[in-house]
Amino acid sequence: MTKLMEWVFVATVFFSIWTAAITGSAQSTLLIKWRTPILYLPLTLIILFGLYAVSVVLYRTFTFNNCEEAAVELQREIKEARADLRSKGLALKED
Amino acid sequence: MSGEGSTNEELKKLTKNDKYSILLPTYNERDNLPIIIWLIVKYMEKSQCAYEVIVIDDGSPDGTLEVAKELQKIYGEDKILLRPREKKLGLGTAYIHGIKHASGNFIVIMDADLSHHPKFIPKMIELQRYLDLDIVSGTRYIGDGGVYGWDFRRKLISRGANFITQLLLRPGASDLTGSFRLYKKDVLEKLIKSCVSKGYVFQMEMIIRARQFNYQIGEVPISFVDRVYGESKLGGSEIFQFVKSMLYLFATT
Ligand SMILES: Nc1nc2c(ncn2[C@@H]2O[C@H](COP(=O)(O)OP(=O)(O)O)[C@@H](O)[C@H]2O)c(=O)[nH]1
Ligand SMILES: [Mg+2]
Repeated sequence: MTKLMEWVFVATVFFSIWTAAITGSAQSTLLIKWRTPILYLPLTLIILFGLYAVSVVLYRTFTFNNCEEAAVELQREIKEARADLRSKGLALKED
Repeated sequence: MSGEGSTNEELKKLTKNDKYSILLPTYNERDNLPIIIWLIVKYMEKSQCAYEVIVIDDGSPDGTLEVAKELQKIYGEDKILLRPREKKLGLGTAYIHGIKHASGNFIVIMDADLSHHPKFIPKMIELQRYLDLDIVSGTRYIGDGGVYGWDFRRKLISRGANFITQLLLRPGASDLTGSFRLYKKDVLEKLIKSCVSKGYVFQMEMIIRARQFNYQIGEVPISFVDRVYGESKLGGSEIFQFVKSMLYLFATT
């Protein structure tokens, strides 16, 4: 099953149950009492997921490691490399 | 992974029958190539693993190939192999071209622009040996991994794209677009054959196909330092390409 099919499958199952619940083909006092929240359930879930996604992405953006040390180390190694390569006879442009 | 000395001895023993072919595709990297090769030699000699570096230059107008020839004189023709091509034919085919000439049973793929530091290669080798993995992928997104020289906007786009791909594709690896990886040679050959996309997005497809084939993937956090010399050759159509192939993989795998 492709990833797309998985999503379609889950969505179909969800919306079948949801449709049955709001159209009243399944009868129960509980469903009547909770009709409005159930009606808005898909929208609520989408909004909640959107909030989750935005906070996760923002959190990860702010906590994305800044590799200052790696950059400093690399600069040091570049100098070392250039000096060593020159001593081995490689013609290099000025630093 | 404490006690460098003993680890190196152990790693040497573990890899005594192995050879690592490091593929370096280059296009206008004359300033970077000497440094990256110097760094590879430094860290590979330290690890005492058998290795070779294969430079695949696509007729760079800046004379990268001439520099490569100089380096070959310094380090020897058994260590530095030159497998140039006439003109710029793209990264995907550069790897295929390189593998054909690789004598190792493991292949390391990395960029030559100094954003991938060779010090991580021994770490990848070690992880591969301990867990007998098919692929070890460098990752910017977990543990000590990270980036240098990226502004907020670029980090946000990167994290956003990563979140969406993880959600849609569930690839089992955290860095899909990174191209710093170690592969078993036969695994890489099989993956390349099964990939349809070309260019930059094919890194992503490789991991997805690997998941399809049930290959074992491990990850090593890497620090990605944005290129020091020269410019990135990947232009603005990058994002469009990315979305297109993500949706393609979403619908077909
Ligand atoms: N042989 C070859 N190498 C290439 C080509 N395009 C890019 N490269 C090399 O591939 C690596 C990654 O390219 P880069 O422009 O840094 O991509 P970015 O890091 O994703 O922006 C570098 O080592 C480039 O020199 C190409 O068409 N042929
Ligand atoms: Mg780069």
